[in-house]
Amino acid sequence: MGIGLAFIIVLGLILFAYIGTELLGLNSLFAVVFPYVALIVFIVGFINRVVKWGKSPVPFRIPTTAGQQFSLPWIKYSKIDNPATGWGVALRMFFEIALFRSLFRNTKAEIMNGKLYVGSNKWLWIGALAFHYSFLIILIRHLRFFMAQTPWCISVVDSVDSFWQIGLPMVYMTDIIIAAALLYLLGRRIFNPQVKYISLPSDYFPLFLIIGIIATGVMMRYFARVDITAIKELTLGLAYLKPTVPEGVGSLFYIHLFLVSVLFAYFPFSKLMHMGGVFLSPTRNLANNNRMERHVNPWDYPVKHRHYEEYEDEFREKMKKAGIPVEKE
Amino acid sequence: MYDGWKIILGLVVFVIIVTLPFTMSVGKTYVQPKPSLDTPEIQKMEKKQCIESKQYMRESHIKLLYSWKDYATREGKRVYIASDGKQYEVSLQKTCMKCHSNKEKFCDECHNYVSVKPYCWDCHIEPKVGGLK
Repeated sequence: MGIGLAFIIVLGLILFAYIGTELLGLNSLFAVVFPYVALIVFIVGFINRVVKWGKSPVPFRIPTTAGQQFSLPWIKYSKIDNPATGWGVALRMFFEIALFRSLFRNTKAEIMNGKLYVGSNKWLWIGALAFHYSFLIILIRHLRFFMAQTPWCISVVDSVDSFWQIGLPMVYMTDIIIAAALLYLLGRRIFNPQVKYISLPSDYFPLFLIIGIIATGVMMRYFARVDITAIKELTLGLAYLKPTVPEGVGSLFYIHLFLVSVLFAYFPFSKLMHMGGVFLSPTRNLANNNRMERHVNPWDYPVKHRHYEEYEDEFREKMKKAGIPVEKE
Repeated sequence: MYDGWKIILGLVVFVIIVTLPFTMSVGKTYVQPKPSLDTPEIQKMEKKQCIESKQYMRESHIKLLYSWKDYATREGKRVYIASDGKQYEVSLQKTCMKCHSNKEKFCDECHNYVSVKPYCWDCHIEPKVGGLK
């Protein structure tokens, strides 16, 4: 559906960065202005979005959970999937954020020989886990470009990632894993009819954008090669707030940087905000203690009420005349 | 805001993490790498020119060295014909390190700067400090 549109937009972004740097020579725009603007948009937009979510009232606990709730002491209850305590919630949130527990429970329904079968389906979970952790490691690895002396913890990530020592420059495991995971995540939107039906341009766009970032990064490292010392001068300049635009940095790097800038600027306005949103999922981050604590609805206004006695006091005479029985004579 | 302080705390953590690249460098100065070409062998040269152009060497020396490894140890090819037609012996020790005998002032200067650790010296004999074998 929207796959063509998303693809054309990403292609247009790449072309825009290519024309801007290679033909028009606007290197400082792409090296300094766009990254800073993108980062500011990212931080401000992110905070705005989370504060907006935070303002929505959450009066009740929503126990849409996959486990026995706490009731009587002799009924075994599910401490993590349906927690009644804060610690249980913390554990549930940890499993959700670090291990994508909701995706782990993904099921697939299929009709075979006229019968409906429902089975567990872990592919999405594996693909998502592979993608997110590879992306995190790649992000951490990139910190070596933003610090004058690379701390040992980042060097360790780097050397573990290139542990197999394949080729020179050594192949990073995460580069291969993230490419495979991205192609799987894109493939399921293209080849799975049900998923394809519900996919929108806003689903395809981030996928193509990240594929573009990974592709340019991989090209720079393994194939086309770039002057990495000059690039570090540029990135360190950004980190030290003394931007410089060194010579000898090709447009391939600027395309990479521009796509990353677009990703950051686009982030707060997109589905990618699930990064912040996962912490605010009401069905995950609230303890199911409806039976132990009273949760008062904050928008209840004081209802004007009247007891029957008062009513009767007012209308006693009329009620008697009409033959309606009264409690007090 | 419900659980306002928790959300604000989370946002503070978010801002701290996102600005790490900026805050970690505060107060630290950095020295730009200046790989030194001051070795006796280079001083003797009339035209100071590596086997390929400077920009090519800056970008792709690792590719060149990697292909040299295959030429020398797998294919037995010991002659490299540069793009300007000159011939060089395919040897890290006898060709590259002959001129660039100052490893810690030439190789390490940039490698440390961008934090890359090539494993050349796992197999090759590491030149001693002070240059000239």
